[in-house]
Amino acid sequence: MLLQRLSEANGVSSREEEIRSIILEEIRGRVDACRIDGMGNLIATKRGTGSSPLRVMLAAHMDEVGLMVTLAEDNGLLRFSKVGGIDDRVLPARAVVIGEKRVPGVIGVKPVHLTERSERDKVMEWKQLAIDVGATSRAEAEKLVQRGDCAVFATDYRELAPGRSSCRTVQGKAFDDRAGCALLAALLGERYAFDLIAAFTVQEEVGLRGARIAAYAESPDAAIVLECTGANEVPTTRDVSPSTRLGGGPSITIRDNSFIADPRLVELFTGTAADRGIPHQFKQPNIGGTDAGAIQRTRSGVPSITVAVPARYIHSPAAIMDLNDFDNTLALAREALHRLPRAISA
Amino acid sequence: MKDLIRKLTESFGPSGYESAVRELITSELPRGVETRIDPMGSLIVHRKGTGGGKRVMLAAHMDEIGVCITHVDQKGFLRFGGVGGVGLLPLQGGRVRFANGVIGAIGVEKLEDASRIPAMEKFYIDVGATSPSDCPVAVGDVACFDRSCEDLGARVVAKAMDDRIGCAVLLQTLKDLGKSPHDLFFVFTVQEEVGLRGAMTSGFSVEPEIAIAVDVTLTGDTPEGPHMAVSLGAGPAIKIKDGGMLSHPGIKDWLIRTAETAAIPFQREVLTAGTTDASTIQVSRAGVPSGCISIPCRNVHLPSEMIDYGDAEGAVRLLTAALSGPIDIEEGRGGL
Repeated sequence: MLLQRLSEANGVSSREEEIRSIILEEIRGRVDACRIDGMGNLIATKRGTGSSPLRVMLAAHMDEVGLMVTLAEDNGLLRFSKVGGIDDRVLPARAVVIGEKRVPGVIGVKPVHLTERSERDKVMEWKQLAIDVGATSRAEAEKLVQRGDCAVFATDYRELAPGRSSCRTVQGKAFDDRAGCALLAALLGERYAFDLIAAFTVQEEVGLRGARIAAYAESPDAAIVLECTGANEVPTTRDVSPSTRLGGGPSITIRDNSFIADPRLVELFTGTAADRGIPHQFKQPNIGGTDAGAIQRTRSGVPSITVAVPARYIHSPAAIMDLNDFDNTLALAREALHRLPRAISA
Repeated sequence: MKDLIRKLTESFGPSGYESAVRELITSELPRGVETRIDPMGSLIVHRKGTGGGKRVMLAAHMDEIGVCITHVDQKGFLRFGGVGGVGLLPLQGGRVRFANGVIGAIGVEKLEDASRIPAMEKFYIDVGATSPSDCPVAVGDVACFDRSCEDLGARVVAKAMDDRIGCAVLLQTLKDLGKSPHDLFFVFTVQEEVGLRGAMTSGFSVEPEIAIAVDVTLTGDTPEGPHMAVSLGAGPAIKIKDGGMLSHPGIKDWLIRTAETAAIPFQREVLTAGTTDASTIQVSRAGVPSGCISIPCRNVHLPSEMIDYGDAEGAVRLLTAALSGPIDIEEGRGGL
């Protein structure tokens, strides 16, 4: 299954090669042209039927958050820096795999026996931590891992409730945004009225860097960003927003920290969902940002929107997503694309 | 221009929802100009020159700060986030107005420490609803602060003076300006308050040779106020620098020469924080010599922004005079 392969592959920002080759293999037969640009974005074109003059960009980012090895200590422990937004609290004692060779390691933490109570009340900053690959000297460590190699959490993809149709939850890493990549690959199975530009972008997690140049080069008339967004449903005593909920259907962004969605596209997606009886939800405004923030402000401006699959615990070793939400997002996006020429004129 | 200022400031237009302001401006435009709306929603008004002049972009932003609903709770209270840099101090007891006319009162949770300004998460909006089902607004809806425009004689106070006063100055300049050799693009931008976003794309599409933003600036003339050599009533301010831009020296000198020649009182502005649309136009494409004419304003980003009417009139006279003749941004600069 594509989602599983993508989730288990390693692709920290700037090191997206593995993801790109999985996607290339998957979409090769479905697109009319394919290229890899100077930053590593994979840009595929699927010509339209010719009935619409529009060029529409669909974007999903290939990269994930992770760690980059910066230095081997004399005793073989590896210092690292964070790539993208990772909460220091999720780091200690995690199993990781490093680089193409998938060298296993552990982000070390002192055993409880050796810690003072006051230490346990504090969050260890990433600078205080090191990855242990079992090497006992710098030379030994450098045989296994090079400076600049990237580490990801060692997490297998698994179904949590096999055989249940009402709740099809899966657990894995990097659903942000491999879920979007899998959606985009699936959407390329159909031909639309307009020329579709599929941009599998790089370096989203470090500042929307790939999408900016992909949009500049392709100069689309509209853009839809396919994403995976956070859900926070741990109960609290305060009646506040969970941002999104698992099982609530595709999450539509009206406004986040990176952009304000084009109202015509919001209407296109909510109207399509209502007509087709597809559940949907609005992401809590003012949270996060996506490639849409870069694409929208390219050249003279591009009407843009973000549609996402909700997932709990993103940017951590293990997120949980509901495949019903994934399928509903796919169904909604596919139908909305067929209606898009009526919503946006060239 | 006071009637225009009243109509503009009382319009609804938080960032991303500027259509009412855009329609009002469109209805006030003189004949003989070409208009278009760009993909982000900015209104681009083109006034052709008589020839031999430059391609000049003038920018004022239509959007204002406001709030955006993030959650409707089980009792019908609304939680919200800011649209742009919203001051927390005046929130409690304030009122907001939604696009559909619904009015909301802002309340605050019981505070542990009343001497500290609470975070925005502690505030809520009450529109008189008792549950999500009878609530007339939804997640994602935006509201502006609800405040009338009042004419105090020499001074005018209103919400959204930032930057409707700039819109008023541009509109009045369009009306007052006689023959000009320059190809003028009066651009009424969107989404300035959330990151100069409209000017970024309209600056790219207009591709000007010279750009001037008209926006508000802070003052240093209030009780125990900040140290800043700008006052209300001392004339429009010609920007030297702000937090995001160093004005092109030739533009600054050209505007100063124009003010001196036409005997228009002016001030030199050095703002240590904040910036305007000019800063993003300046670095669009291969770069655009840019400057800014500022209207001094008190209580910026609060619901009672106050300007001096004479400063706004002075800005119109300065712009009109500057655009009527040839533009030389290299005079006295040895050809840069």
